[in-house]
Amino acid sequence: MLTLENISFDVKGEGGEKEIIKNLSLTIDEGKFVVITGPNGGGKSTLAKLIAGIYKPTSGRILFNETDITEAGITERANMGISFAFQQPVRFKGVQVLDLIRLAAKKKLSAADACQYLSEVGLCAKDYINREVNGSLSGGELKRIEIATVLARNTQLSVFDEPEAGIDLWSFQNLIQVFERMRESTNGSILIISHQERILNIADEIVVIADGQITKKGSRDEIMPQIMGTASAVDACSVLNR
Amino acid sequence: MGQFDQKIDAIQMRILEEVAGLHEVPEGAYNIRANGKTAERSTTANIDIVSKEDGSGIDIKIRPFTKHESVHIPVVLSESGLTETVYNDFYIGEGSDVVIVAGCGIHNCGDQKSEHDGIHRFFVGKNAKVKYVEKHYGEGDGKGQRILNPVTEVTMEEGSYMEMEMVQIKGVDSTKRTTVADLDKNAKLIVRERLLTHGSQDAESSFVVNLNGEDASADVVSRSVAKEHSHQKFVSQINGNTRCAGHTECDAIIMDDAKIVAVPELTANDVDAALIHEAAIGKIAGEQIIKLMTLGLTEEEAEAQIVNGFLK
Repeated sequence: MLTLENISFDVKGEGGEKEIIKNLSLTIDEGKFVVITGPNGGGKSTLAKLIAGIYKPTSGRILFNETDITEAGITERANMGISFAFQQPVRFKGVQVLDLIRLAAKKKLSAADACQYLSEVGLCAKDYINREVNGSLSGGELKRIEIATVLARNTQLSVFDEPEAGIDLWSFQNLIQVFERMRESTNGSILIISHQERILNIADEIVVIADGQITKKGSRDEIMPQIMGTASAVDACSVLNR
Repeated sequence: MGQFDQKIDAIQMRILEEVAGLHEVPEGAYNIRANGKTAERSTTANIDIVSKEDGSGIDIKIRPFTKHESVHIPVVLSESGLTETVYNDFYIGEGSDVVIVAGCGIHNCGDQKSEHDGIHRFFVGKNAKVKYVEKHYGEGDGKGQRILNPVTEVTMEEGSYMEMEMVQIKGVDSTKRTTVADLDKNAKLIVRERLLTHGSQDAESSFVVNLNGEDASADVVSRSVAKEHSHQKFVSQINGNTRCAGHTECDAIIMDDAKIVAVPELTANDVDAALIHEAAIGKIAGEQIIKLMTLGLTEEEAEAQIVNGFLK
């Protein structure tokens, strides 16, 4: 469904060009739950942004359902069926949670329908539907609303960039359940950038990226034993998981 | 009705819809002014509207303890070249609870300027509660300028409460808005201003709030968007003359080649005056646009949504 062919991505830095992604190729199959992990600074988030169209690769091709989307913009890819949940959810003064979910669903959802998406991410809808998506919401709340916007889109491919980043442990426990439910209910493919052992544990496939390249790739059973205890598979909290 | 020689026509009706949300003749008391003359008027048992003897405007008298009634006083200018200054005085009786909707719409298809300068004076009685909504709107494809210069003076007695919602979204070429409020003991004033300017429009809004009575409080918040070559200036001055609380905030989005000036000014004349100001001017964050694009909106649609939400 999604194919990355020999993707490279360079950025200009103080010391000249720096290669963030190095000739990387990867295929995400239909209906799969894939987790990309690896050390910080290895290029994972960059890869997610290349898929969403926020960055354009320096070289290589991106195919979505056999269509070359390398030159397609963010809007075009979104309308083709790619969703992207930001690592740092964006805040909007004055825009209400209901507005954002309606924009995501691309239809005039009733408040009750919008509530359903919020309930799925564990938010009591009536408390949130009229709240502004601004600094009055906590990191965990914003993150869940971000995920609800992706659920409302219900697209063929959903990409989540480190959903666990910036949220407290309590919210994290609930977030895992959201992804577990999503894994069971969705027909589309899910690609999550994460270090968290509990997210890796529900993956069909795990891809390890370090220094802009894929260092390991395979089924969960195959990869998990190799990365347990490393920075690629972090335990949220040994006390909470007991 | 019928005693006035003006009638409301289709253009004027549409402008009334913009400025006062009116689709038909409103319930309760109202006074509709069209092209310099009163077109329609209605009074109730508790709310009287009388023309000033010198013809310079109207007095609106609300009896003490009038509850849940409303007054609409829209003004419509649809002739080019009309310039007028109107004085409207509101006497809001003790303990009443009312909604007042004012607004001015100009439709100028001619080449001469049309100008309406409304001077509104509010005398808010003890423990009275007022919600005041004022919308300004201009349209027309002529070269004639559309000018609105509203002056609002508010005198608030002990324990009174006033909420002012002031909106100017489109089409007014030049506006200079002045609002002055004096608050007695325990009085509370809330101002929410929303402004959008575009083209080469010029808008200036200045607030002076004097907190004179103990525990008086004021919250003056302006949200504005300046597009294209437009200019905006926001001045908010709060004077704390006794134990009191004041907060003012100016939050603006700047776009294209616009210019925005924000001048918050706080003066504390008493050790127990607690005053806060916040001012922020900035462009739309790139990540906001990107987020909405990942939901399938185009860049232009994303920008429009962000501006709409901000001004909502």
